[in-house]
Amino acid sequence: MGILQQVIRAFHGGVHPDENKDLTAACGIESMPMPAKLYVPLHQHIGRPCDPAVGIGDKVLKGQIIGKPDGFISAPVHAPTSGTITDFVEHPVGHPSGLPMLCAVLETDGEDTQIEGLKGVEDPFSLEPAQIRDAVREAGIVGLGGATFPSHVKLSPPGEKVVELLVLNGVECEPYLTCDARLMEERTEQIVQGIQIMLHALQTKQAVIGIEDNKPAAIAAMKRAVDGEKNITVQVLPVMYPQGSEKQLIEVLTGRQVPSGGLPIDVGVVCHNVATAIAIKEAVVNGQPLTKRVVTVTGRGVVRPANVECLLGTTVEDLLQQCGGTKPSMTKLVMGGPMMGVALHSPKAPVVKGTSGLLVLEKQETTDSPEGPCIRCAKCVHVCPMSLMPNEMAWLSKNEQMDALAEHDLFDCIECGTCSYVCPSSIPLVHYFRYGKFAIEGKKRAKHRSDLAKVRTEVKEKRVAKEKAEREAKKAAMKAKREAAAKAKAEAAAKEGAAPADAATEAPAGDDKAAKIAKAKAAAAAARAAKAKKAGGAEDAPADDDKAAKIAKAKAAAAKAREAKKAREAAAAGETAPAEEAPADSVADEKAAKIAKARAAAAKAKAAKAAREAKKAQEDAGE
Amino acid sequence: MNLMTSSSPHVHGGDSVDKVMMTVIYALAPATFLSIFLFGWPALLVILLTVGSCVATERWTNHLRKRPSTIGDNSAILTGLLLALTLPPHSPWWICVVGGVFAIGVGKSIYGGLGFNMFNPALIARVFLLISFPVELTTWPEISPIFQEGSFSLAQSFSIIFAGDYGAISLDAITAATPLGQYKVETGMGKTVAEALGGDYGYSIFHTFAGDIGGSLGETSALFLLAGGVWMIQRGLITWHIPISMILGTLIPATLMWLINGDLYPDPVFHLITGGLILGAFFMATDMVTSPVTTKGMLIFGASCGILTYVIRTWGGYPEGVSFAIVIMNTAVPLIDQYTKPVVYGKSKKEKANA
Repeated sequence: MGILQQVIRAFHGGVHPDENKDLTAACGIESMPMPAKLYVPLHQHIGRPCDPAVGIGDKVLKGQIIGKPDGFISAPVHAPTSGTITDFVEHPVGHPSGLPMLCAVLETDGEDTQIEGLKGVEDPFSLEPAQIRDAVREAGIVGLGGATFPSHVKLSPPGEKVVELLVLNGVECEPYLTCDARLMEERTEQIVQGIQIMLHALQTKQAVIGIEDNKPAAIAAMKRAVDGEKNITVQVLPVMYPQGSEKQLIEVLTGRQVPSGGLPIDVGVVCHNVATAIAIKEAVVNGQPLTKRVVTVTGRGVVRPANVECLLGTTVEDLLQQCGGTKPSMTKLVMGGPMMGVALHSPKAPVVKGTSGLLVLEKQETTDSPEGPCIRCAKCVHVCPMSLMPNEMAWLSKNEQMDALAEHDLFDCIECGTCSYVCPSSIPLVHYFRYGKFAIEGKKRAKHRSDLAKVRTEVKEKRVAKEKAEREAKKAAMKAKREAAAKAKAEAAAKEGAAPADAATEAPAGDDKAAKIAKAKAAAAAARAAKAKKAGGAEDAPADDDKAAKIAKAKAAAAKAREAKKAREAAAAGETAPAEEAPADSVADEKAAKIAKARAAAAKAKAAKAAREAKKAQEDAGE
Repeated sequence: MNLMTSSSPHVHGGDSVDKVMMTVIYALAPATFLSIFLFGWPALLVILLTVGSCVATERWTNHLRKRPSTIGDNSAILTGLLLALTLPPHSPWWICVVGGVFAIGVGKSIYGGLGFNMFNPALIARVFLLISFPVELTTWPEISPIFQEGSFSLAQSFSIIFAGDYGAISLDAITAATPLGQYKVETGMGKTVAEALGGDYGYSIFHTFAGDIGGSLGETSALFLLAGGVWMIQRGLITWHIPISMILGTLIPATLMWLINGDLYPDPVFHLITGGLILGAFFMATDMVTSPVTTKGMLIFGASCGILTYVIRTWGGYPEGVSFAIVIMNTAVPLIDQYTKPVVYGKSKKEKANA
C-alpha cells in the first residue's frame, strides 16, 4: 500500500473534549423554506475578496456569479437563488473582529430559477484534469471543513510534485458537529463519485477516508460504499482532537509530517473534506455551483437541534427559526465548532461556505472563568499537537516580546485551542497567539514600508550626487575646452600656421567621454529612482481608489434612498401620474447608481492591477 | 440579543488551579492522617499551625500588594501542609509559624505570588529552618500513637508545642535518631552499616516502609505517600517522569556503591524507604511552578535531584539531602527548559539546531 500505513502512535498531544454529538447525531439532513432575504458576503474563503459582478437592482438567477474572484487563491460567489440584488451593505458576519463585511443583499423571488448554461458532463472521466479543475473553480468550491481554502488550488499540484495519496477528511473531530457524519451516511454515493473525480483530476491512484470511531453509522455506510472500489479505503481512527486538522490527519494516516511552512503536497498528499467531495461531484457532473451547505445547529440553547441544509447567505436568525428558536438560557452563539469556531456578535450574520455548525450555547456549556497566573503545570506543552511551548509563547506575547515570539515558532501554531482547553488557569492562550501573529505581521509591514522609504532616500541622494558630478564634469569639460581654445588661439596667434597643440585636442575628447559616462549613469539612476518611486507611491494608490470606490458606492446608495423616499411619498399622496414618473426617475437613478458601482469596481480593478504591477516593479527594484 | 463573545475555544476541560491544589491535598491525606495517628495530638497542632500561618501570610501579603485575595486557590493550604510534613512532629509553635511566614512571604509572595516563585515555598522554608534552627529541626520523637495508653493528651500536646514542656518525661527518653541520622553518625565513627543499624537500633525494612518509626511527619509512611503519588499520576495531575527519574537517580548510585562496599554504604532499599525521598519525589520535586515543563527537562531535573540527594546523604554534612537537592535544582529549571524545547511538528532536529 506504499504511503498508507496505520500509525500506532497517532500524533503528539491532543485532547478528548466531551463529544456532545448525540444532540444531533440521529438528525437526518433537512431542508428549510426559502428565506425572504439572503446576505451573501463577497469574501467567503481564505484569499482575496471578490469584486461585485452585479449592480444594485439587478435581477439575478440561481447560480449566477455575483462576486468575481480576484487572483488564483480566490473563488467566485454565486447567487444562491433567483431574486433581486437590492443592495450592497456592510453587514455583520462571523468574524472574530466583529467588523462587518461587504455583503450582497438578495431579495429572493421564491422561483428558484436557475441560470441557463449550467450543464454538467455525464462522464467526468472523459475530461482532462485541467477541465475538472476549471469546473471546480468556476463552481466556487472551497474547503467545506471550515478552513475555506479554494479547492481548485488543491487540485492543481505544481508540476514537479507527485501526489501519492488523496486523503478524505471525515474525521469531524470538533465536538457537537455531525454534518459530515450525516453526509457520509446519507450521501455516500456522491462522496465516492466525488473522490473518483478528484483522483482523476490529480492523476492519483489511491484515496483513503479517515473517520473517527465515534461515528459507527458513517463508517458502516462508507465501508459498504467503497466495497467495490479498489482504490478507496476507509480508515477508522480513535477519537482525538485535533485529528481533523490536515497536518495531524496526514501524520496519523501516513506517518509523515508536513514540513513547517510547507503544504501536504510536500509529503505527497492532498487532503479534502468529505463535504467538499460532494460539492465537487455536484459541480462536475451536475454543473451546480456551490450555493448551499449542511449546517449542524446544536447546543443546549436551541429548542430543536438539527442538521439543516441551507442556502449560503441565510442569516443565523432564519436558521434558528427553522430549529424552533433559542431558549432564554442561551448566552453564546458560535459559528463553527466549539474549539475553533467564532463567537458571533450578531444573529444577523449569514451562513457562509465555511460554516459547518451553529452552536447555541448555554452558560454552563461554555467557559467564562477569569484568567489566572500560569502555574507552569506543563499541560499545554504536553497536549500541543504541534509540539510548541504555549506557556512561553503566551508569556512573550503578553510582554510584547515579538521577536522572541517569532523564534518560538509562533507561526506553526494552528490555533486548535487544545492548550486553552486544558489550562487550569483559564489563560486564553490562542487569543494571545492571534494577537502575537497580528502584531508581528504588522511590524513586518511597517518595516517593509520603512525599508522602501530608505531605498527611495538612498536613490535620491545618489541621483543628486550624480547630477552634481555630472554638472561639475560638464563645467570642467567646458572650462578645459575654453582654456584649450584660448590656448590654441594664443598659440595660433603666437605661432601662426604652427601645428595645433596635442594637449588641447586631447583634453576635450577625454572629458567628453567622462561626461558621457556620467550622464548615462545618472540616467540609469534616475530610471531606477523613478521605478522605486512608482513602487512606493503605488502602495497608496489602491487605498485612494478604494476610497473612491466606497464614496461612489455611498453616492449610489444615497441616490437610491432619495428615489425610494420619492416613491414612498408619491405612493402616500396617492397621485398616480407622478407615481408613474417616479419609476422612470428611479430607473435613471438606479442606472446612475449601477454605473457608479461599475465604475467603482473598474477603478478598484485598475488599482489592484496597478498595485500588482507596482509590487512587481518593487521586487525588480529590490534585486 | 445580548451575546457573549470571546476568543475560541468556547469549551474548557474544567481544570482549575484550586482543583489542582485540592487534588494534591487529597493525595497527601492518607499519609497526613497516618502521621497524626502515629504522633498524636502534637502532630495535628503542628499541621494546623503551619497551614494557619501560611494562609494568614498569603492574605497579609495580598493586602500589602493591594491584590485580591488568593487564598481561594488553595495553594497556601498545600504549602502549609507540605511544610508540616517536613517538620519533626513535636516542633515548637514558633518553628511552625516562622516556617509558614517564610514559606509564603519569602518563598512566594516576594517573587510575585503563585506561578512566579523560583523555589518550592515549603522546601525553601524547611531549608531555612534547618540551617537556622538545627537542633529543633533534628529532634525526632519516637512514635506514640493517639488514643493509646501513655500517649500525649491534648492538654499535654499544647504544653509540648507551645511551651516545650514535656512534664515529668525527659526528652531523651522519647527521642531517637532516624535511620538516616543513625547511619550517618555511626558510620562516621567507623562502624559498618550492619553494626550501625542493627543491634539496639533494630532497623527493620517493614516498619520503615509502613511508617511506624520516628522521623518527620511526612517521611514516615513510604507506603501511603507512594499510594498518593500513584493516584496523582493516575489522575493525570503529574507525570511519572520526575518521581521515577528522581528515585532512580538516587537508587542507581546507591546500588553501585552498595555493590562496591556493602559495609560502608547501605543497600538501595534503605535509601528508598528512609528519609523523605518518596515525599520529595512525588510531592516536592513535582511542584509545577518550580519544575521543568518539558518531558525531557523533567527527566533531567528528576535524575539530578536524585543524584544530588544521594551525594548529600552520603558525603554531605546533613543526614538527609532531598530538600537541599530539590532547592538546588529549582535554580536550574529555567536553563533546563531553555535547552529541552521539543522539536516542533514538521521541523527536523537539524533545522531546529540551525534556527
